[in-house]
Amino acid sequence: MLYAILCYDSEDAVSSWPKEKDDEVMARLGAILDRVEAEGRLGPVARLLPTTAATTVRKGGEQLVLDGPFAETKEQLLGFYVVDVESLDEAIALARELGQAVGSGGAHEVRPIGHFRAPRSAG
Amino acid sequence: MSDLAWIDGALAAARPKAVAALLRYFRDLDTAEEAFQEACLRALRKWPEQGPPRDPAAWLILVGRNSGVDAARRAKRLTPIEDEAALSDLGDAEAEAAERLDGERYRDDILRLMFVCCHPDLPATQQIALALRIVSGLTVQQIARAFLVGDRAMEQRITRAKARVAQAGVPFETPGAVERAERLGVVMKMVYLVFNEGYSASGAEARQREILCGEAIRLARLLLRLFPVEPEVMGLLALLLLQHARSAARLDADGQVVLLEDQDRGLWNGKAITEGLALIDKAMRHRRPGPYQIQAAIAALHARAATPEATDWAQIALLYRRLEEIEPSPVITLNRAVAVLKVDGVEAALALVEPLRERLGGYFYLHGLRGALLERLGRREEAREAFQRAIALAGSAAEVAHIRRHLDRLAQAEEA
Repeated sequence: MLYAILCYDSEDAVSSWPKEKDDEVMARLGAILDRVEAEGRLGPVARLLPTTAATTVRKGGEQLVLDGPFAETKEQLLGFYVVDVESLDEAIALARELGQAVGSGGAHEVRPIGHFRAPRSAG
Repeated sequence: MSDLAWIDGALAAARPKAVAALLRYFRDLDTAEEAFQEACLRALRKWPEQGPPRDPAAWLILVGRNSGVDAARRAKRLTPIEDEAALSDLGDAEAEAAERLDGERYRDDILRLMFVCCHPDLPATQQIALALRIVSGLTVQQIARAFLVGDRAMEQRITRAKARVAQAGVPFETPGAVERAERLGVVMKMVYLVFNEGYSASGAEARQREILCGEAIRLARLLLRLFPVEPEVMGLLALLLLQHARSAARLDADGQVVLLEDQDRGLWNGKAITEGLALIDKAMRHRRPGPYQIQAAIAALHARAATPEATDWAQIALLYRRLEEIEPSPVITLNRAVAVLKVDGVEAALALVEPLRERLGGYFYLHGLRGALLERLGRREEAREAFQRAIALAGSAAEVAHIRRHLDRLAQAEEA
């Protein structure tokens, strides 16, 4: 089963990490992802640039183009992982592990994926 | 992962918002800062046991406000100090405070906090030092190091700046639209100055001052968070990101400046460039150009060029032209001359430079560029004079070395 693990956290807090701390966290996450990849269970992983760089295109009628992210909330969508796991429990366990490696506030949303298409060049 | 590391990050992130709201409440910079410090101390005690609050800024504002009131009362010996326990149950109060302190209000609060640091009576260096201390929360030692002065001297500078601000009083009324725009303009300029303080450094001091570039980017990001649809704020952040993206390539091992065309573009920071390009694209959609956007657009053209030869100089010349129209300045004209040189040739560039001689007579780059143009036209005697004047005005060893190379080449050409 494919799951998306969506990472939400306070952008303010994460972006105020000094570089050493950011590198440290990325290294810890990298170690986990290396393992998951070796098990053949890892799909695309993305870390998103700040929401200030985001543009939102509303659907429907006028298709308005707005500056900023879709939702203004205390925590923002900062990135995501796509993983291939046997069960929800396994996905939750992985989300826990990732969360521990980051060690900040925020949350991981675990969402099953209905349709997935990877670019042909990938993999 | 320790709790303390997380808390440090959360406190730093909440600082501008919390100090800004406390300033509105206490109407005094020192009290607001003290209250914030007090709230931080309590956070360090409470958060590890209670877990982090959902809205750290709201928690700090509320606790800071109470503790500040305590301190004031203590000073006046009016009522006994409130029990710590009275502050322990913040669940509802916190949510309520967060609701009250809605986005609009935060925006004016933070803008005000940044604006009071930009008091026109303060020289630029004091504005910057004050903003770094109050808004960014850098320690006096960190700021002193970045400004290459002693801790004591910086402490005094900040104290003097604070006294001046206190004397002038803080503008508390909620600003109208025009006033808000004016304040934003002043604050953007201050952020740009912070960046330049770090960016203009070279030599052994450069690494030490780099912290200023990072802080300026943080402040610009904060401003954009407050004014997410303001194209000039997007332009400012884009400009800082695109310039800072080159930092690893723009100084050599000795800390000497490497010219743009000689830089190893592989060392440019791709992530910062991506973000900068996205921001300038966003800004341009608004079709309300301004000086920061135009400068960012110029930086973007350099960033997009994989090699110096691939640079779109024609577009850059046009953008400088546009910038000149909005903000006439001989320095901008001089920059345009460099682009014009690439597009229309030496004569056209020299025609732009000659009229600037009077106004930019004391400017290193004018004489350096003029010398190079005259050299290319074979007017060697005049070129040598220009280079000699440039050397006399050079601000760094790298600049001297650069002009020396020109002079040596002139001498060789004459011998040949």
